[in-house]
Amino acid sequence: MALYQDVIMAGFGGQGVMLIGNLLAYAGMNAGLNVTYIPVYGPEMRGGTANCTVVVSDEDIGSPIIQRPKSLIVMNQPSLDKFQPRLEDGGVQVLNSSLVDASQAEARVRTVAVPANDIADKLGNTKMANMVALGAYVRATGVVDLEVVKKSLTSVISAHYSHLIPKNAEALQAGFDHAG
Amino acid sequence: MQADERLALADDEQMAFEVPDVLVDRATHYCPGCHHGIAHRLVAEVLEEMGVVDDTICVASIGCSVFIYNYLAVDSVEAPHGRAPAVATGVKRGRTDKIVFTYQGDGDLASIGLAEVMHAANRGERITIVFVNNTVYGMTGGQMAPTTLIGQKTTTCPGGRCRDREGMPIRMAEIIAGLGGVAYSARASLDSVKNIRAAKKAVRKAFDVQQQGLGFGFVELLSGCPTNWRMDAVKANTRIREEMIPYFPLGVYKDVTEGEGVC
Amino acid sequence: MPHNTTDTGTPERIFIKGNEAIAHGALAAGCRCYFGYPITPQNDIPEMMSYALPDAGGEFVQAESEVASANMLLGAAAAGIRALTSSSSPGISLMQEAISYMAGSELPGVIVNMNRGGPGLGDIGPSQGDYFQSVKGGGHGDYKLLVLAPATCQECYDMMVQAFDLAFKYRNPVMVLGDAIVGQMKEPVTPWKPAAVPATEAADWRLEGAKGRKPRLLKSLFLEDGALAGQNRHLQAKYAAMQAEAKAESFLTEDAELIVVAYGSIGRIAKSAIRKLRAQGHKVGLVRPQTLFPFPGPLLRGLAEQGKRFLTIEHNCGQMVEDVRLSIRGIVDSAFYGHMPGEMPGSDDFLAPILDAMGGK
Repeated sequence: MALYQDVIMAGFGGQGVMLIGNLLAYAGMNAGLNVTYIPVYGPEMRGGTANCTVVVSDEDIGSPIIQRPKSLIVMNQPSLDKFQPRLEDGGVQVLNSSLVDASQAEARVRTVAVPANDIADKLGNTKMANMVALGAYVRATGVVDLEVVKKSLTSVISAHYSHLIPKNAEALQAGFDHAG
Repeated sequence: MQADERLALADDEQMAFEVPDVLVDRATHYCPGCHHGIAHRLVAEVLEEMGVVDDTICVASIGCSVFIYNYLAVDSVEAPHGRAPAVATGVKRGRTDKIVFTYQGDGDLASIGLAEVMHAANRGERITIVFVNNTVYGMTGGQMAPTTLIGQKTTTCPGGRCRDREGMPIRMAEIIAGLGGVAYSARASLDSVKNIRAAKKAVRKAFDVQQQGLGFGFVELLSGCPTNWRMDAVKANTRIREEMIPYFPLGVYKDVTEGEGVC
Repeated sequence: MPHNTTDTGTPERIFIKGNEAIAHGALAAGCRCYFGYPITPQNDIPEMMSYALPDAGGEFVQAESEVASANMLLGAAAAGIRALTSSSSPGISLMQEAISYMAGSELPGVIVNMNRGGPGLGDIGPSQGDYFQSVKGGGHGDYKLLVLAPATCQECYDMMVQAFDLAFKYRNPVMVLGDAIVGQMKEPVTPWKPAAVPATEAADWRLEGAKGRKPRLLKSLFLEDGALAGQNRHLQAKYAAMQAEAKAESFLTEDAELIVVAYGSIGRIAKSAIRKLRAQGHKVGLVRPQTLFPFPGPLLRGLAEQGKRFLTIEHNCGQMVEDVRLSIRGIVDSAFYGHMPGEMPGSDDFLAPILDAMGGK
């Protein structure tokens, strides 16, 4: 079958899920694939979590809205409660085990637990937990090459903060390595 | 010399007034004693004197004067009721090198089109508005207008306009003068030769400020509507002097070329 | 179409929201004036135009209302200028007066509607509740807009170029009807530069001062005996000629037993449902009208004549289905599934209705 992956990324506002959603989408585009990105919108906005949906495919993409995703990035506990039940059987979820009780992971899905906050802390900034999680996700799904993701950082981090790009690349790598 | 072609002068006669070329030589549909004809002529004379006839776009409004385009030989577009200042904004923003004006009555401008005129004025659109105030809806048959005077009888206030029921008549020249983008706002009257001469100066100024890029130009012309006032033309002129001018004082309410707030 | 290319020779793609693609497309199409009033979910359009248009030598006006926006559009159109306004459903309702006057006066302009839920204030989520308003006229009198319905961000861009061309070709307002999904989602878009707008565009009717010619008049008032009937006959003939512009995407229709008809975002969501059902062996295909007026009725009728069955899916309570039924009348009926405005649609929602419609054979 053609290459196809969809993912819902969810967390508290401020955890940077929109940023890594955009980053994955840019990486997909830079890898020559079709991508869609849609932030949470409409009634779901009141759900207590921020989330976005990214679809990556080598054929034209139908729905940008995914009800039963093939994968998840779960940055906090409410997001696990909300999205794990929707995850397709046999799907893959990356859990930020620093904030999420990984023992609640269901056996019907594949779970990659990454203490993203702790790893980011060790790298010098908790805010990079999102990058750690995305690195782990790229390893777990192989949807795009990690190097393409790193190269795409310039697309989502403004020139003013460009000095932070190497650190973020390091965080992506740390998550990728942890998920190995 | 259009006028010379129309009239053969006798030896002892001389031409006192010439008809502007831009004024189309045809009988108007306006009622006897109506002042739209005079207002049209003032606009025509001013456009000719400024030498801008070929660069002018007229925005016609809804009311008796919708047919201004039949009498002024300039490019014209018809606006929905009250929206002429918005349409003029669009024309002017599209062609900033042209002279754009609207010609609106009191129902059109001061009632349904109040938002459009206020905001066009406040933005300082480089347009000119000729506002004809005759205190009544003319085309639809003499209903109460926002400018109808207290006690004035119309078909929708048959007992006379009542302050408690219908509110006070609205004074547009003063309101417009209070808005930031306005370069010129004045009120004149078309009831007498003297006032018509003053009105022409005001119309000219309202176009001059546009041409000079100073801002929004507004001139209110107090006018008679003998048909809907149910009186003859002479009495209508008297009514303007005795009833309208005391409530709608003539004067210049704003003129950025003379310093602000002259009244 | 000429593309910008990267140094590797491949077309350059930019990753933008549908709303931004609308603005990019308008600028590429030579839009010179924008008039608008804020309303969710389309604010990215005026926000981008507010800085991009002055940079491109054009004019941006934040109007006092949608009533004023649409009338400013009318004014710029009268000057022969390529101009745009955008809004969402409640704002579009306020524009109907001016749109009717534009149609009556044969003035070209582009109106973008990023459809949100209604009636009334509704919500800010996606909906297709404005189909009737867009396609059947919307204001008073007998008139039509050309209505284009993008489903992708690329189509948002492409259809803006097409919209301006059609508006001036037919001297008619054109509506680009999206929704909160296509407006808010991001996709890669390949910008392309259409041919420059010729200086002679609209030269035979635009207002610019009557130097060296007779004055021109653009109006919709026709009081003389027979004049309005004549104008209406002329307009109707023009609308009939527009049928040549009808366009739709056909997906797996050849061997399909059931044709799903769906437009815009719902069309692409239906495509996902169809892919899932195809994988299970169900012979279902999709027709996604890209023009809603003119409606691709002849295409549907041709499919009906081949014995295919129909299901119309919309994000409303049943509007386009009437045009589908008119297109195939006398041959077959169309089933209908309406996803309720106020609820976010997903492809799983469409599986059961499609299977139901197939099971009825």
